[in-house]
Amino acid sequence: MDAVNLSTPELARSLREARLRRVQRAGAVKHIFLILTSLVMIYPLLWMLASSLKPDNQIFGNLGLWPSEFRWENYSLGWNALAVSFSRFFLNSTFVTVLSVVVVGFSNTLAAYAFARLEFTGRTVWFALMMTTLMIPYHVVLIPQYILFLRLGWVDTYLPLIVPKFLAGEAFFIFLMVQFFRQLPRELDEAAMIDGCNPFKIYWAIIMPLSIPAMATAAIFSFIWTWEDFLGPLVYLNDMRDYTVPLALRSFIAQDSVSAYGQLFAMSILSIVPIVLFFIIFQRLIIRGIAMSGLK
Amino acid sequence: MNRFLRKNLAAYTFLLPWLVGFFCLAVGPIVSSLYLSFTDYDAVQPPQWIGAENYAFMVEDRRFWKALQVTFTFVFISVPAKLIFALAVAMILDKGVRAIGWYRALFYLPSILGGSIAVAVLWRQLFESDGLINTLLGAVGIDGPNWLSDPRYSLTTIIVLAVWQFGSPMLIFLAGLRAIPQELYEAAEIDAAGKVRRFFAITLPLLAPVIFFNLVLQMIEAFKSFSGAYVISGGKGAPLDSLLFFTVYLYNEAFSYFRMGYASALAWVLLLIIAAFTAIAFWTSRYWVHYENERS
Repeated sequence: MDAVNLSTPELARSLREARLRRVQRAGAVKHIFLILTSLVMIYPLLWMLASSLKPDNQIFGNLGLWPSEFRWENYSLGWNALAVSFSRFFLNSTFVTVLSVVVVGFSNTLAAYAFARLEFTGRTVWFALMMTTLMIPYHVVLIPQYILFLRLGWVDTYLPLIVPKFLAGEAFFIFLMVQFFRQLPRELDEAAMIDGCNPFKIYWAIIMPLSIPAMATAAIFSFIWTWEDFLGPLVYLNDMRDYTVPLALRSFIAQDSVSAYGQLFAMSILSIVPIVLFFIIFQRLIIRGIAMSGLK
Repeated sequence: MNRFLRKNLAAYTFLLPWLVGFFCLAVGPIVSSLYLSFTDYDAVQPPQWIGAENYAFMVEDRRFWKALQVTFTFVFISVPAKLIFALAVAMILDKGVRAIGWYRALFYLPSILGGSIAVAVLWRQLFESDGLINTLLGAVGIDGPNWLSDPRYSLTTIIVLAVWQFGSPMLIFLAGLRAIPQELYEAAEIDAAGKVRRFFAITLPLLAPVIFFNLVLQMIEAFKSFSGAYVISGGKGAPLDSLLFFTVYLYNEAFSYFRMGYASALAWVLLLIIAAFTAIAFWTSRYWVHYENERS
């Protein structure tokens, strides 16, 4: 073949050109595939948004996204469709979520700091135990926890949803933090130690300020997961006035008489607005958080 | 106070909230759940020791076997499908695409919303007999089945819901692909290795640790999945128990019928299944996962 007799720069050039041609041809196919996939991914969500503004008889058997008439009252009617207004459900959800976010950001960094930075007896064992809790299905601890909280009189309060988070109940966040702390240069701690700082001072004055991005990542995930949490509220909250938004949505479809699909979709859309907003604002942190916790 | 003691004291102070949580909300409940699994318990009367009766009952419990079958089918179809799709999309995005940030965000959005009840509600309506999916199928001349009420098709809806959320394994694959040195591909190209060859000789082996990580993580998640199946099946695993996920069965035994002893036994079986499959994955990984730094 000719290629054998080519000099190195010529070989390199012909390879480059061949690759460029292939890239251009593949580029078109790739874009078509990506655009189609994005459409499939996003269409159901757009359809839900469109349906939330349509009259009920136009929702089914209809692919179109543009409502023939905008039924904004789906939102106001849906808001008051249950025995308790959605204002109450959103307040409840906000209360639980905000408290969880604050608590998760604080308590998990404590444990993570010890695992990542301090030398102590039994560190490897504790760390391994912490990691195995990642694997335990919530359903295994659910029944004894329920009985415990029942004895404490905490059922029908938000305590079972928040207190476990204060006790660093989600090993995922500790792991995320440990990964982050390990990337911070150790010289910082050593220098501070020589200057006479104790571990608490180092944690508070050096590690905490530097770990704001990691804490923000944990806070964002905690926000999303708490906002969407269903099983916890389903088990612990029985009074409709205490319901969080997901429970309220479930009651909406549990009513057999439901024909108000427009209203149901309107409330579903409102329930995901906070998450979508968070996602748009903090996209970078979220994506980096996944890659970081997943890879190292 | 000597240094050894001081060091441990500081570390364990940091660990204290986590240790309290670990013992009160993880170890304690796991042990008492094991105990309860050998009792007859309704959360009101004190538990009655009945030996292995719950486990013996399981063997003859038709719904137990059905729940296992549904869960295994779900795990073994949805996890590979999701990972293959995630890897394919990640490989396309890795080749360098304009507006990669947009695609990444769009593909990840369903993962972040996927756990929400709003999406479960949406899914129910999409697969309604005159819902969006059947309207689309009708447009190309296919008479779509009654997805939600026909037990042969109902599980498909939840598998599709799971695969739709391929975003987080995709992000992890993307980060893994970035870490593969580009020179390897260039060298292979000069040696005239084709695309398929490069994929099997370079991409797959170097990505094996990431594939393994994603596999274990997604498998555990799939065994634990609950809210989608719960909402779409109307809380009971209907139609004809075709959506009776193990977690849904367990929840109903515990909190609808208050058979806490039997539900605890179910929880232990789930824990053992997850542990066994994770162990199998780790055991086989010795043969197909090789880490960069263990070669020399």
